[in-house]
Amino acid sequence: MLPRLARIPNVMVKDGARLITLKLLSTSTRAGAAAGAVKLENTQGKKDSKVLSHEEPRPLYLDAQSTTPLDPRVLDKMMPFLMSQYGNPHSRTHAYGWESEAAMEHARKQVAAIIGADPREIIFTSGATESNNISVKGTARFYKNKKNHVITTQTEHKCVLDSCRVLESEGFDVTYLPVKQNGIIDLEELEKSIRPETVLVSVMAVNNEIGVKQPINEIGELCRSKKVFFHTDAAQAVGKVPMDVNQMKIDLMSISGHKIYGPKGVGALYIRRRPRVRVDPLQSGGGQERGMRSGTVPTPLVVGMGAACELAQDEMAYDAERVTVLSKRLIDQIVESCPQVIRNGDPEQTYPGCVNLSFAYVEGESLLMALKDVALSSGSACTSASLEPSYVLRAIGADEDLAHSSIRFGIGRFTTEAEIDYTAQKCIEHVKRLRDMSPLWEMVQEGVDLKSIKWTQH
Amino acid sequence: MAAPIRQTVLTLYKSLLRESGKITDYNFRLYALRRTKDAFKENKDVSDPTRIQALIQKGQENLEVLKRQALVSQLYGSTRTVIES
Repeated sequence: MLPRLARIPNVMVKDGARLITLKLLSTSTRAGAAAGAVKLENTQGKKDSKVLSHEEPRPLYLDAQSTTPLDPRVLDKMMPFLMSQYGNPHSRTHAYGWESEAAMEHARKQVAAIIGADPREIIFTSGATESNNISVKGTARFYKNKKNHVITTQTEHKCVLDSCRVLESEGFDVTYLPVKQNGIIDLEELEKSIRPETVLVSVMAVNNEIGVKQPINEIGELCRSKKVFFHTDAAQAVGKVPMDVNQMKIDLMSISGHKIYGPKGVGALYIRRRPRVRVDPLQSGGGQERGMRSGTVPTPLVVGMGAACELAQDEMAYDAERVTVLSKRLIDQIVESCPQVIRNGDPEQTYPGCVNLSFAYVEGESLLMALKDVALSSGSACTSASLEPSYVLRAIGADEDLAHSSIRFGIGRFTTEAEIDYTAQKCIEHVKRLRDMSPLWEMVQEGVDLKSIKWTQH
Repeated sequence: MAAPIRQTVLTLYKSLLRESGKITDYNFRLYALRRTKDAFKENKDVSDPTRIQALIQKGQENLEVLKRQALVSQLYGSTRTVIES
């Protein structure tokens, strides 16, 4: 029998932005049995894809505030739990469950150790966003019969601000504290804002956009003396700057896994036991994590988070020293060759791995596009899709034009000297080029005060 | 330092550097090389025998991790960064 080729018309399937042609070919073999094969063909060229192809070199990574790579030592600890040790940590009837539970409890100890807490005060969540949500909404809702006021700052992360908006719609009163020009809150103003009905103060430890460190010790002291719960979003702080919940008198603390070279999709929440803080759970279910966060704890992820915390604790001094050196190297090179570069945020009370610079008379987006060889951001990843200037920069009183010209350089554990030098050189080169094209820069060079110009409206 | 211990430490150091060099990812490879060198430099004057033993033990554990992770990185590969090419 001759081989027969049965042709079925091409089927066009629209899959997102890409067109995929499905060619269904059916050929009969010598034995007569028909073998079917589905051939997938991408009809579009590689050029249209935004994702990097294999030949193109990879940009350098200088965005450590948005996320960090998974440390290979962390992956090594996670692997067994992604392969053979797959038990549900809440299964009490067999060895699969027991080994997973033991691993989860070990991870809890590792997370507790880095912030000086008791392991029983740690609950695992899906990330710092969830931890912040539970802290802000959960605490306020639990005590709503007695107290109805929450204090936070204008430079908090979106998830804290949005949780506060939700509380406002539920009838709570929220005070959004302004910050000083250096990004730090005014303690006197905080003290004045605390009322007898205040239930919670939420202030982040290290800002994600400008790297400013808030006076957590003093805030903790003040809140304890006024008998107000103190929550801090420490996603950018844990593992980078020393944090101790007892010394700093913190009642609730949010931690993220992927900001400390751990896996994405896992975080932790510290909730103080003495004096006890109670929260209304957001999620209903099996009552895991002492009822505060139902849902099976993802063993591989929490093992990774625990390992990342232990590593970060061991490596904190080494990493900090290196990040400081690299940060100085970057700033010195840029400031030396570029006039009118402004560092946003306090130069002293800051985490050096987060460098936020404003290049006057240069449009930030143009600079980011020009620096395509380096993965950078103009601020928070959550708001990087919009062209709006960052609300954090506006809160510290940066002019609209300077807020539009800012770039955040995130330096981490794996950043090299060569990467810093390359970034600085490219940055200097493009800032010069963009300024040479800018009529505003030309006017400034000629001594025109831009603020005096009346722009005609169209 | 007694001669056999000295030999163990040197062998360990060389093995760690060799395995570090096998990592395909630029940032991880350079970190492993740098961290190994810095750790040995940092502890070169340690004289307490129990401390030396503990450090050797830690180094050996890290060597095992490096061997596995170097292999994983070779299996999946990684794209060169702009400063490598």
